Amino acid sequence: MDRQGVRTRDLCLWYGSFQALKSVSLTIRHGQVTGLIGPSGCGKTTLLRCFNRINERIAGVRTQGTIEILGHDVYAPGTDLIELRKRVGMVFQRPNPLPLSVAENVLFGLRVHGSGRLAPDVVEGAVEAALKGVGLWSDLKDRLRTRATDLPLEQQQKLCIARLLPLKPELLLMDEPCSALDPAATSRVENLIRELRGTYTILIVTHNMAQARRVSDECIYMLLGEVIEHRRTEDLFINPSDERTARYIEGRYG
Amino acid sequence: MDGFGTTTEGRRRHRAERLASGVFLSMTALLILPLAAILGLLVMRGAPAISLEFLFSEPLRGMTAGGIWPAIVGTLWLVGVSLAVAAPIGVLAAVYLNEYARESWVTRVIHLAIVNLAGVPSIVHALFGVGAFVLFLNLGTSVLSASLTLAIMTLPVIIASAKEALAAVPMAFREACWNVGATRWQTIRHVVLPNSIAGILTGVILQVSRAAGETAPIMFTGAAFFLPFLPASVHDQCMALSMHLFTISTQVPNVPAEIPYGTALVLLAVVLAVNATSIAFRVRLRRRRKW
Repeated sequence: MDRQGVRTRDLCLWYGSFQALKSVSLTIRHGQVTGLIGPSGCGKTTLLRCFNRINERIAGVRTQGTIEILGHDVYAPGTDLIELRKRVGMVFQRPNPLPLSVAENVLFGLRVHGSGRLAPDVVEGAVEAALKGVGLWSDLKDRLRTRATDLPLEQQQKLCIARLLPLKPELLLMDEPCSALDPAATSRVENLIRELRGTYTILIVTHNMAQARRVSDECIYMLLGEVIEHRRTEDLFINPSDERTARYIEGRYG
Repeated sequence: MDGFGTTTEGRRRHRAERLASGVFLSMTALLILPLAAILGLLVMRGAPAISLEFLFSEPLRGMTAGGIWPAIVGTLWLVGVSLAVAAPIGVLAAVYLNEYARESWVTRVIHLAIVNLAGVPSIVHALFGVGAFVLFLNLGTSVLSASLTLAIMTLPVIIASAKEALAAVPMAFREACWNVGATRWQTIRHVVLPNSIAGILTGVILQVSRAAGETAPIMFTGAAFFLPFLPASVHDQCMALSMHLFTISTQVPNVPAEIPYGTALVLLAVVLAVNATSIAFRVRLRRRRKW
């Protein structure tokens, strides 16, 4: 149970001369769902995008400090981004299945990381396991050849999560994963997130405080690039220790 | 005020509106006129010349009779070889510029070079071709020299259109790939190219029709006035439809009028057929794309 989670130490990030993250030090516990909340522009998405170093594609980004995943600093010089992204998967706001079949979407990770062809039994097993993992198997088992971009949004988003699973990720990053979905679909995706906890460490950015309350074990409130409060979700919402958190969760600003 | 009936002022405005839309429509319709006129004229005056014999035989009696077969074959050679050179270079360069290169002064210089290269008049390309390929590389006046000249002429447009086709692939697909740890190359091979290939081909094909129609770049570099034989390799000279049309229209006396018109009709038919192929590609692409 006491497995090491994810730890950041004095993480700072600048976009040019603008400092978007100010000395963020966090310990995110293994196997838990941690919610990142805060008003727009508070740096929560920026923080999320540090964990798989996808921020670096933007020109003028400078990062300082460390992020430890499985005990290794991902900003250490020898880090191979390919290996890092295998272990740290990301789910986006807008579902982004590849314009390939359902099965090929699931297998994409295995294909890019493997050399040569995948054995047929590996293929079948991986597709079934990943789709079962996100509760899509019964819906899609007869439609594995359908183009993923033709599916309804909810299935697309679940498929995007399923796509990460065959790589056995340590950490799942979710950037407002339900904001493109209707309430019923949102609720089903939230159920899925709860089911995935325990097996995976999940970090979820959300604008929806009710959602943070529903899905997360712990919650982090950020403001202007700083972590204001990080506590168990029920404590943070019922009994916030910081005045600024209280004002945010009461909806007085943000 | 009684109801919503038209007032005098209203009638004036409706009149102005009708006039405006009429003017815009007629200007648009004007665009069709030249094409219709050219086609009509060519078909009317060139059609009597067209026959299997005209297409598949050599010019006779100092090009005042006979057919245009060597010119058709020569044009196919020139277009084929220039494409074999320009298409791979152009597409690969576009992939680099769109998928790998970061915005820097180097890429800005490259873009500037592409835009300006596209604006160089074809006769200047011709002179460059003579200097670079015929003389300096010592390739002589040959299919190869002429094709390379055409390739340089078409390259910037191929790069620009291929780049546009690549850029039309949504960023979200690339992010999806990178986020499972795919390399750039894997992303390009599995996702970007399959989804842009139709657009890239469209651009390439449009350049085929341009290469087929140009006269200046091949005039001094490889296209012959008259050749009694077909080219056997890229080191031979060849005839070409565009060059042949120029020759029989201006350089040779006493050519029966239907021969140049027939030649022009064949050239135009080749170009339109190629363009139609590219349009068909684009239609197919639109139907397939559903993001």
